[in-house]
Amino acid sequence: MRPDPILRIDTAFFWEACERGEFVAQKCGPCDILWHPPRPMCPKCHNTEKEVQQLSGLGTVVSWCVAVRPQAFGFEESPIAALIELDEGLRFVSNIEGVAEEDMQPGIRVQVAFADTSGGKKVPVFKPVSE
Amino acid sequence: MSKTNNQAAIVGIGQTEFSKDSGRSEQQLAAEAVIAACKDAGINPEEIDGCITYTIDNSDEVDLLRSVGCKELNYTVRLPQGGAANAATLYHAKNAVESGVCDVVVIWRAMNERSQYRFGQPTVSISPDANSSTFIEWCFPFGAQTPASWEALSCGQYLSKYGVTSEDLGNIAVLMRKHAATNPNAWFYQQPITLEEHQNSRWIVKPWLRLLDCCQESDGGVAIIVARMDKAKDLKQTPARLLSAQYSFLFNHEIISDFYEGDLTGLPFSERVTEKLIEDAGIAPKDTDVAMIYDNFTPQVLRQLEGFGYCGPGEAKDYIADGNMELDGKTPLSPNGGLIGEGYIHGMNNITEAVRQIRGIAANQVENVETAFVASGVAGAILGK
Ligand SMILES: [Zn+2]
Repeated sequence: MRPDPILRIDTAFFWEACERGEFVAQKCGPCDILWHPPRPMCPKCHNTEKEVQQLSGLGTVVSWCVAVRPQAFGFEESPIAALIELDEGLRFVSNIEGVAEEDMQPGIRVQVAFADTSGGKKVPVFKPVSE
Repeated sequence: MSKTNNQAAIVGIGQTEFSKDSGRSEQQLAAEAVIAACKDAGINPEEIDGCITYTIDNSDEVDLLRSVGCKELNYTVRLPQGGAANAATLYHAKNAVESGVCDVVVIWRAMNERSQYRFGQPTVSISPDANSSTFIEWCFPFGAQTPASWEALSCGQYLSKYGVTSEDLGNIAVLMRKHAATNPNAWFYQQPITLEEHQNSRWIVKPWLRLLDCCQESDGGVAIIVARMDKAKDLKQTPARLLSAQYSFLFNHEIISDFYEGDLTGLPFSERVTEKLIEDAGIAPKDTDVAMIYDNFTPQVLRQLEGFGYCGPGEAKDYIADGNMELDGKTPLSPNGGLIGEGYIHGMNNITEAVRQIRGIAANQVENVETAFVASGVAGAILGK
């Protein structure tokens, strides 16, 4: 089954939000900039008091791949991994569910959902936007 | 004249055999390679006063010194970013000797990457307090767990945008194996492949990387000795002068998992390195006589050819197909067979090949070599006679 996320001090807020079904990114309020991956400090003003913003959960597939050999560790079957450009302008690596491998292509519009991990955690995955 | 005397040069190269099962420790491989490089140069290992390797090399400086018998080091440094450190080692060695901090610097890399552990397999021993580079955290729970999968995700937009096919990538593998086939030091000596064999090789990561798009996993060690020209003049070999070596790393970028910043169809750090090389050496990578371009995966070659200015955006597949990088082409690519054909000592064996080409002693010697380019994404070096 899907491995658990690796929680570190600087990133635990993200995975904890997933537990609540929220897909979020870090933000510096005063600078009004959003970023991913998380970091301890705003790269512009060096503020360490970060805010957390809920994202739309919408994005577009940039690229994708499937590990054939070796198969992805922990999974029964390698998932479709994808790089997704979120509507907020951030990029995020995740999985695409509900699309057959042969139908994968760049440009597919996707929205966030949450998948369970082996240790009972949740991680964000993406499915095609329902019309 | 004084500038020439002060200029850094590679004065010795050494290596072990490249295999899949060395049968000895990485520490021994490192020591053997260093001693071979000293013998090649005609330098007593006691003279080494600086050493450089990668952060992820498993041999400790203490153990190395105990084996080879250096007396005193003035300088040790380890470079981050895996194989991208390859050409950057030359940047640090050049600065160390030209500044006078050191007289004789050794660069080493030794690994039992096939017999002892596997770079190409998922790393499962990741802990929350591991090194702070966060990239694995954002890939691992999604099954993107190997260099090949990170490469596929990071190159996908480039390959899609320019209509690069698996056959286009296969052309690169065929070329590397053709060069390796006539290099007795290469693991794939006398084993060329056809495009059909490439197309029939099993998928490693769909939809981009077949087995024959990937570099090898190898056991072996490589060492390089760098000194100033004032010393090089008295040594055994024709020195390979370091005309320039440059490094550039940019905000919010990563190495192989370079997903988060800017336009993914280009390599902005390679473009910066190219600008710096031209400014410093007065010569562009594309105008050198041999190109040693880090070939961990075939798509990396295409993006680097464009990033280092050999051709325009999207043109690299045709640049190769048109024969520009054959041994008799405009700029032969890795006449040793590169990391795909010769062996994967994390790029170091591409530096030693550049030196052999400058000396005129390579197995697949290119005619009239005056200069050679060594590249590893974020770093590049131009060597000259
Ligand atoms: Zn700020």
